[in-house]
Amino acid sequence: MSAVSVREPAIASDRVHSAWRVLHGVLDPEVPAISVTDLGIVRDVIAHDAGDGDGALEVVVTPTYSGCPATEVIAQSIQEALDAAGLGPARITQRRAPAWTTDWITPEGREKLRQYGIAPPGACGSAAGEGLAGGKVAPIRLMARNIACPRCGSAQTERLAAFGSTACKSLYRCIACREPFEYFKPI
Amino acid sequence: MSIQIPTQPAFPTTASTASSVASTTTESIQLAPTPAQEYLLRIGDTCLIHAQRLAEWSGHAPMLEEDIALSNLALDLVGQARAVLTHVGTQLGFDEDQLAFLRNERDFRNFTLVELPGRRAGRDFADAVLRNFLLSAWMNVLWARLEKSSDLEIAAIAGKAVKESRYHVAHAADWIVRLGDGTDESARRLRQAADRLWAYVPELFETDAADIDAERAALGPSRASLRAEWQAVIEPVLAEAGLTLPADGAFRSTGSRGVHSEHMGYVLAEMQTLQRSFPGGVW
Repeated sequence: MSAVSVREPAIASDRVHSAWRVLHGVLDPEVPAISVTDLGIVRDVIAHDAGDGDGALEVVVTPTYSGCPATEVIAQSIQEALDAAGLGPARITQRRAPAWTTDWITPEGREKLRQYGIAPPGACGSAAGEGLAGGKVAPIRLMARNIACPRCGSAQTERLAAFGSTACKSLYRCIACREPFEYFKPI
Repeated sequence: MSIQIPTQPAFPTTASTASSVASTTTESIQLAPTPAQEYLLRIGDTCLIHAQRLAEWSGHAPMLEEDIALSNLALDLVGQARAVLTHVGTQLGFDEDQLAFLRNERDFRNFTLVELPGRRAGRDFADAVLRNFLLSAWMNVLWARLEKSSDLEIAAIAGKAVKESRYHVAHAADWIVRLGDGTDESARRLRQAADRLWAYVPELFETDAADIDAERAALGPSRASLRAEWQAVIEPVLAEAGLTLPADGAFRSTGSRGVHSEHMGYVLAEMQTLQRSFPGGVW
C-alpha cells in the first residue's frame, strides 16, 4: 500500500472527467475552505456501463476518521452536486483500505488551509508527527514542534490542546503574533 | 447512528402513531454468535461501552480542553464500534443500531473494566484517566495486530483505528505522568484509581474459546498474546509517573462472557432508552 494520492486519469470518459470537475467544487462541511478532492478522500470515479451495469456513476470515498460526523454529509453533498450537474444517477461507495492519510491532502489543499487559518499537517512520520504518525507512543513531549503560524509564519508556537473543534485538528497559539490557530493533525 | 428498522413504526408525530408506539413493547434481539463472531463483538462492544462512559464527561471534565478531548476520543470509539458491529452484524443478520440498542445485557461482550462507573458514584477523574490509558494501550496493540487479520474488512478497519488509538494512548499517557508526577494529592488519587481498577485488568488477557478460534483462523490475536506488547507500552509511562501497579489478584471479571457487573444495566438503560421508548426513531 503506497501513500500515493489517486489522480484523475489522463484519459477518461467525458462523464468521469466532468464528475472530477464537479468534485473539485464539493467542499468539506467542517473545513469549508477545501474540497473533497483537495482532501484526497475521493479515491476513484467509475462510470458503470448502462448495458452490463446499472449505468450509475460510482464515486469511491475513503473516510478520514472512524467517527467523523461529516462522512454522511460529504456523501450527500457529492450526490447532490453530481445530480445537479446532470451526471447522475450516482452512488457513493466507501473504501476503507488503504486508510486515509493527511499525506494525501494536495499542495493546493494545504495552501487553502493555511489561507483559511489552519496550519496544514506535517508529513506523517516526520518530527512534526505529533505522536500520530511516527508509530511510537509517548506522552505529550512527542507533540508537534515548530508548527508555523498560518497568519504570521512564525515557528514560535505552542500547543494549547491536543484536540480541537473537530476530530482532525488540535489547538495552537502563536507566541509571535499572539493569535490562536488550529493545526491539522498528521495521521 | 442512523436508525433504519423498516418493520418498526417511525418516530411518532401524530396521536395515532403515538398510541401504537405506547402499546409496542420493544423486543430485544437475541444472538447465537459463533466463536469468531463473539471475538468481534467483544471488540465492537468494548469500543462502544468505553465511548459511552467517556461521553459522560462531556460538559463535566475538569477543564474545557479535556472535555473536548474525551468527547473526541468517544467519537473515534463510536466510529470504530460502528464499523466492527456493522461488519459482524452482516453475519448475524442485524444492523449496527439493532446490535447497540436492542440487545440485552447478557448479549454484550465488552470487558467489565469499561462498564465501571466513570464520572459518577464517587469515582474520580483519575479513574477515567487510568482506565483510558490502560484500555487505549490495549486497543492500540490489538489494532496493530488486526491489520494482518485474515478478515480483510477487519484489517481495513484496524488500519484506520490503529492511528487513532495511538493518539489516544499519547494523550492518556500525558495525563498519567501529569497526575502521577504532579502533586502528592494527584499521585494519591491516581494510586487509588489503580487500586480500584486493577482487579478488572486480567480479563483483558484471559484466553477463551473465541480467542483460540480467532488465532487459529488468523482472524486476530488471542488476548494472552497481547500482554508483553502492552506492558512495553505502559511501563515506561508508569515509571515516569512513579506509579506502581498492584499485583494481579485471584478475581476475574467476566464481561467478555456476557456476565457483567451491576453497573452494566445502568449503562444500557441510558444508552438504549430512546430506541426502547421510540422504536425505529431516526435523526
